[in-house]
Amino acid sequence: MTLPPVLQAQLRDLVAHEGNPRAAMLESLRLVQAAEGWVSDDRIPQIAAELGVTPAELDATASFYSLIFRRPVGRTVILLCDGASCGLNGADAIRDALMSRLGIGYGQTTPDGRFTLINSACVGGCDRAPAAVIGPDRTLVGPLTADTLNAVLEEAP
Amino acid sequence: MTDLPLTGRARPDRTPHSLAEWRALGGYDAVERAFTIPPAQVLDAVDAAALNGRGGAGFPAARKWRFMPAPETSPGPRYLIVNGDEMEPGAFKDRFLLEALPHQVIEGALIAAHATHATEIIVLIRDDYRAAIAGLTRAIAEAQAAGYLNAMTMRVHPSAGRYIVGEETALIAALEGGRAMPRKRPPFPAQSGLWGRPTTVNNVETISLIPHILANGAQWFRALSHTEEGGTKLYGVSGRVRAPGLFEAAMGTTARELIDRAGGVSGSGRLLCFQPGGGASAFLGPEHLDVPMDFGHMAKAGAMLGTGTLIVLDDTACPVEVTARHMAFYARESCGWCVPCREGLPWAARILRALEDGSAQPEDLAALRDIAAEASPRGRSFCDLMGGAMAPLASLLARFPDLIDAHLHRGCPLKGAG
Ligand SMILES: Cc1cc2nc3c(=O)[nH]c(=O)nc-3n(C[C@H](O)[C@H](O)[C@H](O)COP(=O)(O)O)c2cc1C
Ligand code: FES
Repeated sequence: MTLPPVLQAQLRDLVAHEGNPRAAMLESLRLVQAAEGWVSDDRIPQIAAELGVTPAELDATASFYSLIFRRPVGRTVILLCDGASCGLNGADAIRDALMSRLGIGYGQTTPDGRFTLINSACVGGCDRAPAAVIGPDRTLVGPLTADTLNAVLEEAP
Repeated sequence: MTDLPLTGRARPDRTPHSLAEWRALGGYDAVERAFTIPPAQVLDAVDAAALNGRGGAGFPAARKWRFMPAPETSPGPRYLIVNGDEMEPGAFKDRFLLEALPHQVIEGALIAAHATHATEIIVLIRDDYRAAIAGLTRAIAEAQAAGYLNAMTMRVHPSAGRYIVGEETALIAALEGGRAMPRKRPPFPAQSGLWGRPTTVNNVETISLIPHILANGAQWFRALSHTEEGGTKLYGVSGRVRAPGLFEAAMGTTARELIDRAGGVSGSGRLLCFQPGGGASAFLGPEHLDVPMDFGHMAKAGAMLGTGTLIVLDDTACPVEVTARHMAFYARESCGWCVPCREGLPWAARILRALEDGSAQPEDLAALRDIAAEASPRGRSFCDLMGGAMAPLASLLARFPDLIDAHLHRGCPLKGAG
């Protein structure tokens, strides 16, 4: 599948604005991911061509950053904190509850395509431990309990 | 004037101010004043204020700025980078400053850029801080429309994960679009930074403090502190405390006072130990509760102030488990460049997990010691990631030998407690 014209136009704007095509590489990946949820292998040479960099250069960047998704993800991505302050406040129990409720492990997506669960470094919400960031706006949720977890999952699209 | 210059104007729900609201609170007065003063005098004021960088190492801000070559000797673009990567375990302070007080960040950055003759300001923010990215982007547009940016360009660069991005040379590589690999210093960014040009990298909190020095003077700023290091500090307390949170307080406030403000120790109510400055700082004990928490005193105590965000453990929490978590994090986040970090951190993480499970052997403890010794400056790791990661491990080994022995064969004796 070729790049949709809207994305093509956005990428051209980005390069024009950034001046240096290399400096625009990460942002171009973020743009495509925002539109499509992830960055497929097919997209790498296409984006590279728009930018005027080699696919190898772009792939080097795409494969480095953990939040550039290289596999399809669910409509709602849950980044569950596995940091120390969350660990000290029951994060493991929340992880277990979440995994059994969703029937998936870290890095997996529910069969209905609704949720992807990923373990994350400290999400900067240690005062709300155990915490997670959820959805396209990376909304901080916490402190998570069995009840708040249910509410969060039910609200997700 | 207030004794809470950094956070006094923030709204409890963190909604940022519009430019008009910020102006009504005295916003941009300091910027207007700074722009009428020659850069060298701004630098002198920051120097006299004894402001140490809040990114972790506590390097004096003015001294770093003085490393920037004179514009005459190096004509062309020069950069100020504001570091909002904040991925240190236990750190949640820059999120607050970025979300609630974006105009304060802009003010500080404009003044710092003036002092260092920067031509462009870039604020790197971690991807998870979407509200901060949106809020600061909006605030920059407002400030620009109102003419506060003058000829300066200022923009936000959203990152996309990986803790190493916060290391200043890796951050520069990230801004150049590639993999965020650190490089050796010297040359320091002031000599050769972004695109090979003179560059200053400062933490969000450092930058947010600058307008207050200009507004109220260096003497006032020093008087805010309990110690020789100027200003207030945005401390954080989390882990086993009843009311975790952020607390702006005099630089040099003690852990006892901060833990009290966080509602006291939870769990058993008895303090076992705490990390004063996030995951990469050594464990301190109850005997350190009354040590002033500034960079100098924390270093003397064998730890570091780091991010100033405490992680607290009561005596039913297991420091082996906490360290295992930290090691798993640092191992995962290593860029993989050097052998000690790439090989040593996952190994340490595995051994600590094995201790928790009861499958570790006595010789594993010697391996842990060997790994800790491989960290720079004495060992062979390339950048400071591994050195930081080894601080909790080395202090765990030194401080809790009996508890570690108790883990051999039987696994964690505290599991399920607390
Ligand atoms: C692995 C690693 C990660 C770092 N992450 C951050 C970070 O997220 N934010 C930050 O301000 N400094 C971070 N630093 C420190 C920066 O390299 C740099 O010293 C700091 O941004 C300078 O700011 P300051 O002089 O205002 O303290 C990190 C350092 C290392 C070694
Ligand atoms: S440790 Fe989980 S948010 Fe900081």
